[in-house]
Amino acid sequence: MSGTGSKTSHAAGPWSQFRAQLRVELLLLLRQPENVLVILILPVLLLVFFAGVRVLPSVKGRPIDFLVPGILTLALMSTGLVTLGISTAYQRYYRVLKRLGGTPLRRSTLVAAKATSVLLIEVGQVLLLLVIAKLGFGWRGHGSPILVALVLIFGAFTFSAIGLTMAGALRAELTLGGANGLYLLFLVMGGIALPVRQLPFFVQPIARALPPSAVSASLRAILDGGAFPTASFALLAAWALVSGAAAVVWFSWE
Amino acid sequence: MTGPGAAAISVQEVSKAYGGTPAVSSLSLEVEAGELVAVVGPNGAGKTTTIEMMEGYRRPDRGSIAILGLDPVKQATKVRQLVGLMLQEGGIYPTIKVGEAVGLFASYYSNPEPWPQLLELVGLTELTQRRYRQLSGGEKQRLSLALALVGRPKVLFLDEPTAGMDPRARLMTWEIVKGRQLAGVTVMLTTHSMEEAEQLADRVAIMKEGRLVAYDTPERLRGGAGPDLLHIKLRERLPEELLLRLGSLAAVDGIEDRGHGTYDLSSRDPARVAFALTGMLLDHGIQFNELRIGRSSLEEVFLRLTEEESH
Repeated sequence: MSGTGSKTSHAAGPWSQFRAQLRVELLLLLRQPENVLVILILPVLLLVFFAGVRVLPSVKGRPIDFLVPGILTLALMSTGLVTLGISTAYQRYYRVLKRLGGTPLRRSTLVAAKATSVLLIEVGQVLLLLVIAKLGFGWRGHGSPILVALVLIFGAFTFSAIGLTMAGALRAELTLGGANGLYLLFLVMGGIALPVRQLPFFVQPIARALPPSAVSASLRAILDGGAFPTASFALLAAWALVSGAAAVVWFSWE
Repeated sequence: MTGPGAAAISVQEVSKAYGGTPAVSSLSLEVEAGELVAVVGPNGAGKTTTIEMMEGYRRPDRGSIAILGLDPVKQATKVRQLVGLMLQEGGIYPTIKVGEAVGLFASYYSNPEPWPQLLELVGLTELTQRRYRQLSGGEKQRLSLALALVGRPKVLFLDEPTAGMDPRARLMTWEIVKGRQLAGVTVMLTTHSMEEAEQLADRVAIMKEGRLVAYDTPERLRGGAGPDLLHIKLRERLPEELLLRLGSLAAVDGIEDRGHGTYDLSSRDPARVAFALTGMLLDHGIQFNELRIGRSSLEEVFLRLTEEESH
């Protein structure tokens, strides 16, 4: 598909464009210390802290069994909602997205490179957190790894879509504040380190309906070796659909 | 296919409005292959809207645009291989390093220029490892120029390429742009500097309120064979008596008093006027700060053509 490339050229096909773009997207994401903090250090710290210290009073069973699904959910939020959302917001603000639109790089290639960079980071996060849980706290997961991966992929998609919707629709400063605010809200209300039933009675229905609760509840059910969490997973799929549609409708490149 | 002399850029009766406010109104203009055109005009005249329609960023409400015979919106994929551009500002990842940016952009094109040479050309070799965010305004512009050139474009769109540059960087940019034009590249740039337009452009397009009010060579815009202008700045006002004597000289067509001892004399024989005038000043011991003979400058033409209507 390189058209009429001249003899001296290496054809700049979508594949080599994709590789170059992916390399730069990954490099730039990991170059920002605040990204490394929220992607890597925060989830690991929270996992180690809450698993090591018994501050969670009424979790039945061991804290690590409750924490692993929650912290995995948090890791997806860190990468998709906060890091991808805020970095894309500033790329839009500084007209990077507009400038790239003036090159032969197709939008689909750019989106694929961004999605792959997020996915690679998230695979790394999940593996690291599971290894720490296993080696440090003797955690053992049950259930089908394929189902776990399926939930993680839907969660990753949903949080990335929420981040991109904000990045593409709001001003950069609003995305910065909004993504961080949402992250905190989800951390407290999304069944991450604190069970939803510990929350005040009247906020519980709202908390249960949030995307992070759908992810963490689905993961928890599968990893506990229970029946497939049909209700939670249906909620998650609905969130994926809604947030994906929102990103497509509201994302503006300039 | 574009042969020599064919239009590289063709704009026909193009209009564009934002929310009912017209930004560009039935604008037509052609740029020949290998030509360098400067678009000038006051802020809000529609320069950026015009150039962004040519780049394919905005779709005209009416009219048509062809870049090398291709529609910049409908045939964007083809056009973008052939076009290099500089946005008015920004456009580059804040934390990317200079070398990484050029390398990345090189990967987009099928036949990119070797990027170390390109950095050499724009004088950024020493800053290869510097992050974009840490560059000065002029350095950012030069990197942006390098990114516009890396795909060996046939057409260059430069939106205020020398804004924020020091005089040396500006000169360097002029040389690079001129060099590309000599190599056959068609260039369209916007600028607020009449000096830049005069130095670089084969033709200057003057825009006002979304319309093209003039489009010609700088030479012809300045009035071609019209009367020459003699501009003099004195330390004091000319005594009334001398002013009358000056006005009565046959070679003087008109005198305009610009105040504070500054006068513009129009004449078909400026050498004779200058001779008489300096003689008079010597006789009366009047000092002058500046004496200039020439056609009216592009700046004056620009100001006249883009003047606000008096109310």
